[in-house]
Amino acid sequence: MEDRETIIGLEIHCQLNTKSKMFCGCSTDFRDNEPNTHTCPVCLGLPGSMPMVNKRAIEFALKVGKALNCTIREESEFSRKNYFYPDLNKAYQITQYDKPLAEWGKLLIDGDNGEKEVKITRIHLEEDPGRSVHMGTTDRGKYTLVDYNRAGIPLIEIVTEPDLRSPKEARKFLNKLRATLEYLNVFDSEKEGSLRVDANISIKGSERVEVKNISSYKGVEKALTFEVTRQRNLLRRGQPIARETRHFVETRGITTSSRSKEEENDYRYFPEPDLLPLRVSSWVESIELPELPDARRERFIRQYGVSAEHAKTLTGGLKLAEFYESVAPADPALAATWTADYLLGELNYRDFTIDAMPEDLFRELIKLIKSNAITDKSAVEILRIILDEVKEGKGPEHPQAIVDRLGLAKSSEDLVMKMVEEVVAEQPAAVADYYAGKMQALNFLVGQVMKKCRGRADPGHLNTLLKELLDKKV
Amino acid sequence: MAKILSFTPDDSVHAFLTTIPEVTYGEGPLSGVTVAVKDNISTKGIETTCASKILKGYIPPYDAHVVALLKDAGAAIVGKTNMDEFGMGTTTENSAFGPTLNPLDKNRVPGGSSGGSAAAVASGLCDVAIGSDTGGSIRCPAAFCGIVGLKPTYGRVSRYGLIAYANSLEQIGPMARDVKTLSRLYSVIAGHDPRDATTVNKPYSHEPSANIEGLKIGIVEEFFGEGVNPRVAEVVKEALATLESLGAVVKSYTMPSMKYALSAYYVTCTSEASSNLARFDGVRYGPGLDSAKSWHDAYSEQRKEGFGKEVRRRIILGTFSLAAGYYGRYYQKAQTARQMVRDDFERIFRDVDVIAGPTMPDIAFRLGEKSDPLQMYLADILTVPANLAGVPAISVPCGKIDSMPVGLQIIGKYFDDEKIIDTAFAFEQEGV
Repeated sequence: MEDRETIIGLEIHCQLNTKSKMFCGCSTDFRDNEPNTHTCPVCLGLPGSMPMVNKRAIEFALKVGKALNCTIREESEFSRKNYFYPDLNKAYQITQYDKPLAEWGKLLIDGDNGEKEVKITRIHLEEDPGRSVHMGTTDRGKYTLVDYNRAGIPLIEIVTEPDLRSPKEARKFLNKLRATLEYLNVFDSEKEGSLRVDANISIKGSERVEVKNISSYKGVEKALTFEVTRQRNLLRRGQPIARETRHFVETRGITTSSRSKEEENDYRYFPEPDLLPLRVSSWVESIELPELPDARRERFIRQYGVSAEHAKTLTGGLKLAEFYESVAPADPALAATWTADYLLGELNYRDFTIDAMPEDLFRELIKLIKSNAITDKSAVEILRIILDEVKEGKGPEHPQAIVDRLGLAKSSEDLVMKMVEEVVAEQPAAVADYYAGKMQALNFLVGQVMKKCRGRADPGHLNTLLKELLDKKV
Repeated sequence: MAKILSFTPDDSVHAFLTTIPEVTYGEGPLSGVTVAVKDNISTKGIETTCASKILKGYIPPYDAHVVALLKDAGAAIVGKTNMDEFGMGTTTENSAFGPTLNPLDKNRVPGGSSGGSAAAVASGLCDVAIGSDTGGSIRCPAAFCGIVGLKPTYGRVSRYGLIAYANSLEQIGPMARDVKTLSRLYSVIAGHDPRDATTVNKPYSHEPSANIEGLKIGIVEEFFGEGVNPRVAEVVKEALATLESLGAVVKSYTMPSMKYALSAYYVTCTSEASSNLARFDGVRYGPGLDSAKSWHDAYSEQRKEGFGKEVRRRIILGTFSLAAGYYGRYYQKAQTARQMVRDDFERIFRDVDVIAGPTMPDIAFRLGEKSDPLQMYLADILTVPANLAGVPAISVPCGKIDSMPVGLQIIGKYFDDEKIIDTAFAFEQEGV
């Protein structure tokens, strides 16, 4: 039983970051505003109002369709999905049903067993409903408040084939998808509620369970991991898996069965009579895509000479990639190592995004490391001090200021020792001569270090240091 | 400069649901012309109910596109007219606020659903009116009240602000006592509106011409067949003879799709209505919900109490037609039948300029006469084809039976509203 495959397919809803809503001119920038302040007759669903398609939303969706290698439909169509709910302004959602904008695409991801192609079933456009705020508990609330600021925000729903084989693979797919959407500049992953996922999950040969309402990246892996364990435990005990819809309870990290009336809806889809069919074929050709994650990764390897692993990490998010490119000139290799191996860990630890690290300070830090002015250990310390200062809301200090304040500068002795080590590494023939007993070789090596430090060391001291080092090596 | 007129009509036929005692109006092509607006068209600051209890007290915060155009043209909007609730009816008896009476015989209905608009114009309470026509709702009351009413080509007038009953079928249109005035009103309301994606950029700026020399008129046999009062048919045939005497050429056709038209119409309009009317849940406007109940129960109660019987019937029919497993048998099939109607029109219009026949199969019914819904639906048989196809159609008075008017319906090609207006004008100039 353990070797039966886990089968996962995802339905991902992403808010497109257009300036105005899907079917009216209201602003989408509502998150810091009072409820029901970004509304008009259209997004309130007032009687007589009619939808007017936001061309930019269609352009954004077409970009996604192209980037995910989809076939764009010659003629797609909006439909009404009818159901009653207080936050659904018209009692129907304008969405796409049997004629979606894009179909049959694929996305390459870094799967559990190497590179993998995940097939995209379809991408369609729709409007977000409003938001219900239940006062009291969900089933026995005192009352519910409704905010229509969100009503009409453009969404795309991306549906995958059941190609994913583990919760981790699902997360990797989402990461790659998010990066792609960010590169296209159609999506802002940092906005609250900008991404919602429904997942279909089954153990091969058993019934499929739909987990709804997952609203964070981390939540997806958690919910799926819980569900895999739950389903495998049931099978192990010889119990059947019910075909059902479950809800993810983020705070508890579990899924619960949710057989409520509303979910047994017959949505009675039919074509939206107030909108014309969408014909985009000539438009599609004129849409040019920016550089996408895979292409950027290849370029990083080529242009900056970074390792494949670093390139993958550094191109995993648009802002991260841009951050790297802005600090790389200081020293591409050091910048890659210090961004991917040190900075990201420190950011993660603090739940920070890359925005927290001021580029100029990081560039300065790389320069200090490059010039041998500080040790790696000191560099890590400086990084932490800067991020802690950011966390505390203080203006972070310059690395050089921290070096001066804490006396982190390498002593001259450190520097001399480093040159001695370098010369020993660079002159294997002279070293061999020394071991063979030729004392002139030692003088030659002293001369080389003197040359390196431009005569600023004491030859007698160098003589001692070199002898100590070479004798230790034997 | 704003001017004011006072409006205190002696509304003995109950044409109006709301009247504006002091009307402000401005300069423009319709300056001072008194216009009544059907109560399913949104008017900023004026209660708009669709003659339904469920919208009692609803005051739109915005003007429908046509209302804004009328105001810009200087028209004086004097009030909101009675109608069948949400446009669902052929007599204006289905108003939650009581029926409108026919000004020519108060024992008879004015037709519907724009009965209030027709009665207001026919009784001289105002100069012109705006109605809406989903399956004949402008032409039927125009015929029954003896005035002129036009259902424009679908897409020629913006529906923005018209409270939708069946979006794919309906158009707002002008109603007047004569063709010239109707034409003037139409030139103000026609045109493209970016807020209604189904409008096209075909403004109307036509001066009616009575010269119809050589006009080719198609007669559809089914328009004179079963269910049509022979006396009505006779009056209309005389009207056609008049048109011939003016130089028109008449030729006969059949329209096999007519036998599916009524079913296609009722499946389509009830389906769309079931979705359109779902928003009337009491959450955002209209009488408030009982918040002590669960939202599910409160919705049910609100909608049961708020909608009249005919509206509930059509919502249920439409919900059924769209249901999983029935969609293909009803809604989809209706769309196929609809295409057949379009094809029939297209075929006939390859030969002729206009099609003419009776607007209604009979004269205005007596109040309460059509108590069976199916009998009522059958009365729409001659008007629904134009809505199914989207072509323009006008009703112009063409004679009387028992001193009640009969309407001549003239149907045109897509975006050739001008031609049917000319034909109606030519006939009108001859006098009845």
